[in-house]
Amino acid sequence: MFANKSQTIDISNLCKSYGSVNALDDVSLNISAGEFLTLLGPSGSGKTTLLMALAGFVRPDGGSIRFGDREMITTPPHKRGLGMVFQSYALFPFMTVAENVAYPLKIRGVSKSDQKIRAERALETVELGGYGNRRINQLSGGQKQRVALARAMVFEPQIILMDEPLSALDKKLREHMQIELKALHQKLDATIVYVTHDQREALTMSDRIAVVNHGRIEQVETPERLYRQPHSFFVADFIGESISLPVTVAKGTAQLGERVLKSDLPIALGSGGHRLVVRPELLEVTPGDVPETANDLSGYVHDIIYQGDSVLVIVQHDSVGQINVRVPANRAGQIGLPSKGERIGLALHPEDTIIVPEHIS
Amino acid sequence: MEQVGQRKIDGMWLTVVGFAVLFFLILPTLIVIPISFGGGDFLEFPPNSFSLRWYESYFSSIEWMSATKISLIVAVMTTAIATPLGALCAYGLHCSTPRIRNTAQAFVIMPLVVPVILTAVGVFSLYAKLGLNYTLTGIVIAHTAIALPFVIVTVMSGLQNYDFDQELAARSLGASRAFALWTITVPQVKFSIQTGAFLAFVTSLDEVVISMLVSGGENATITRRMFNSMRDHLDPTIAAISTCLIAVSIGALICVRFLGSRGEVNE
Amino acid sequence: MSIHESNGSPQSLKNASKIKFEERRESLTFLGLSLPAILAILIVVFLPIIWLSSLSFYNAAGELSMENYARIYESALYRRTFVVTFQISIAVTLICVLLGYPLCYWLTKLPDRTASILMIFVLVPFWTSILVRTYAWLVLLQRNGIINSSLMSLGIIDEPLQLAHNLTGSIIGMVHVMLPFLVLPLYATMRSIDTDLVRAAVGLGSSPREAFWRVFFPMSRPGLFAGIVLVFILSLGFYVTPALMGGGRVQMLAQRIESTITIYSNWGAASALGVVLLLLALVMIWLMHRVFGLDKLFMR
Repeated sequence: MFANKSQTIDISNLCKSYGSVNALDDVSLNISAGEFLTLLGPSGSGKTTLLMALAGFVRPDGGSIRFGDREMITTPPHKRGLGMVFQSYALFPFMTVAENVAYPLKIRGVSKSDQKIRAERALETVELGGYGNRRINQLSGGQKQRVALARAMVFEPQIILMDEPLSALDKKLREHMQIELKALHQKLDATIVYVTHDQREALTMSDRIAVVNHGRIEQVETPERLYRQPHSFFVADFIGESISLPVTVAKGTAQLGERVLKSDLPIALGSGGHRLVVRPELLEVTPGDVPETANDLSGYVHDIIYQGDSVLVIVQHDSVGQINVRVPANRAGQIGLPSKGERIGLALHPEDTIIVPEHIS
Repeated sequence: MEQVGQRKIDGMWLTVVGFAVLFFLILPTLIVIPISFGGGDFLEFPPNSFSLRWYESYFSSIEWMSATKISLIVAVMTTAIATPLGALCAYGLHCSTPRIRNTAQAFVIMPLVVPVILTAVGVFSLYAKLGLNYTLTGIVIAHTAIALPFVIVTVMSGLQNYDFDQELAARSLGASRAFALWTITVPQVKFSIQTGAFLAFVTSLDEVVISMLVSGGENATITRRMFNSMRDHLDPTIAAISTCLIAVSIGALICVRFLGSRGEVNE
Repeated sequence: MSIHESNGSPQSLKNASKIKFEERRESLTFLGLSLPAILAILIVVFLPIIWLSSLSFYNAAGELSMENYARIYESALYRRTFVVTFQISIAVTLICVLLGYPLCYWLTKLPDRTASILMIFVLVPFWTSILVRTYAWLVLLQRNGIINSSLMSLGIIDEPLQLAHNLTGSIIGMVHVMLPFLVLPLYATMRSIDTDLVRAAVGLGSSPREAFWRVFFPMSRPGLFAGIVLVFILSLGFYVTPALMGGGRVQMLAQRIESTITIYSNWGAASALGVVLLLLALVMIWLMHRVFGLDKLFMR
């Protein structure tokens, strides 16, 4: 490996308010060198503000941003040495593809011949070799996206910021680009901070995900742990499919109605009561009527919806209402599906029993 | 049935009125061109014979020529000063906070709606104190001030249509603000800047009221001389001058359109 | 691993003063970019007008008084000027509406390409010098001009009409200058009206006329109002055309101000007239701003 080129990013106590709205509410976050970190949140959550603060385009009210051991809080954007990919791509329409990609090199005084070689090499990395002489308006959306990427990495920045770079692409291309970006990250020696509101995209690409809500970071975790062990109802609800039921928590155990739930997961503390989060694909269907003990529920099949890769079974429970269960298509074939009106049991395993507070403390 | 017939009559009536109004607008504008080529001793329309005598009378008159020269110098200088100042001002306001921007914008638009006679009298009295009346500098400064709003408004609307992320992108890629402005933003709002320059040029060239009070002597502009001449009698030479003025305005307009459309090919 | 440390609302923000300093420096830079242009406008346009306005509050002896305004009120000459100015401005605005509204409506109904070609007929006069156009009208309307000679050859009149150098001439010339100022904002507004709405109204049983008055006309009102205000303000302070076409018989406010200074050197009276004119214009603009927003004035 090269000698530790990528940099850490240390954000501490970052604040920014627009009038009475807190866009960034005392945000602190440490990003390791070479990490792919995603800022995930709904629109207006402050994730883009945070990214723009990193880039230097938003001036925070206070706080600290350090790249490696250098304080960057008042450094102008062009001296921060980062590559950035914009949602609109922000390609320069009056330049060719090669001129676009060579722009950062030109600024850095790289010789004309080197500019050409390095721009072409960057274009090859994003599989656009030979496109250098094209005009920007001759490119498709996906190609523009790649040019923007090549331009942001051609000068080998230690940090690359991306602001919803795939949101303008159609679903298929977006999923393809996600895999490619992830592969590219492994090739590049750079820390990547990526902003998106698409939880699936975040889960696919990231080393870690920071969930942003109301200008605060709710949780920072690896995709799997974030999915399996959300710390708050917001995170549980925002990531993945789920239904939730109110529960009461006392002395480290949770109760659904009269029933004491068994959970292997720690119950996070917070305010505003707790909820049981049930993910449709983590429930197990058992045929026939089963006694309602511990985590097991039972109910009538209300409807069955075929969705190609899986089957969604909507179960009507006597007291808690409708519960969705997702059964993978192949498994549905093995166990045989219940029919409408039939009474079935639903097993929620203790290791999948997620109980979260309404709000983080 | 009846309604369809009524609609047809309405439509015809509208077409007739529409063409009549367009005719009313365009005819007096273009009529000076045939008049200027007339051969008779007096104003005639339609002219009975063709000649260039009125152009000869225009181009051989020392007074008219000097006034033309003054007007062109003033218009070029006004354009040269007002365009960069206005464009920079527009950029500065565009980047400022909304509150500053809106206040400044209202201020900048004001000269467009203040009756020009008041500006003229005001400038005249100011120049009387400074000794700037009848000087080239004086006219250029006055024309610059009234041309600036046109440049600022045009460039600001150009900036509003421009994807400002591009400048941010350039800066994130290592360009200082000034470099990003010059290499990325300016080429793309070029068309607005050119339009602003054209407006400044035409505003100065066609300006009458301020020139009438502030210019004079050997620095009289062509509009001042035309105005004074038209007060006395209808000299057909004016038709020749008018034709030249129209040609210069349309020429400048075509220049801007041509340069602009060349810039737009890249878009 | 745990990242978020919420320690309530921090009382003193880290680096806050350093950031604030940078922010100030930046906004000063922007101000610096805008300043030369703003100063030029301030010094050349605003300060002289303010100074001039202040003159109106002093009498000939240099004492603070309202004498100038009192004289405007008492003098039949000045009163006459105001009346004439208003009469002409109202007439010009009215004629512009009567000519401009059907024109815009007709253009709106035409295909885009045809309409934009026909708009050249509005834009060319708009960009032609006022002097050139006034000269053309003087030629057309003179005693032996084409209008009179054709009317005579058609046998409609026996002897030439007095068309130029009077009120008629002034109004004709002014309408020609002002019409584009009405047409441009009005046409822009009409173009943006969703014609489906009008069609829907007809589909729902309104006659085309009803649909026009109930749906289309109300939606075109902002543009019409912008045009009317623009034309009216510009007419109130218009100088060139009435000065040349009026032949000395028509004295509008702008001419009165000019002659009061250049002929009578009466700065006090002239500036009082100017203040009144300015106030009239500002009231109109304020009205416009209150109803539709100032930017509508310049949506061409």
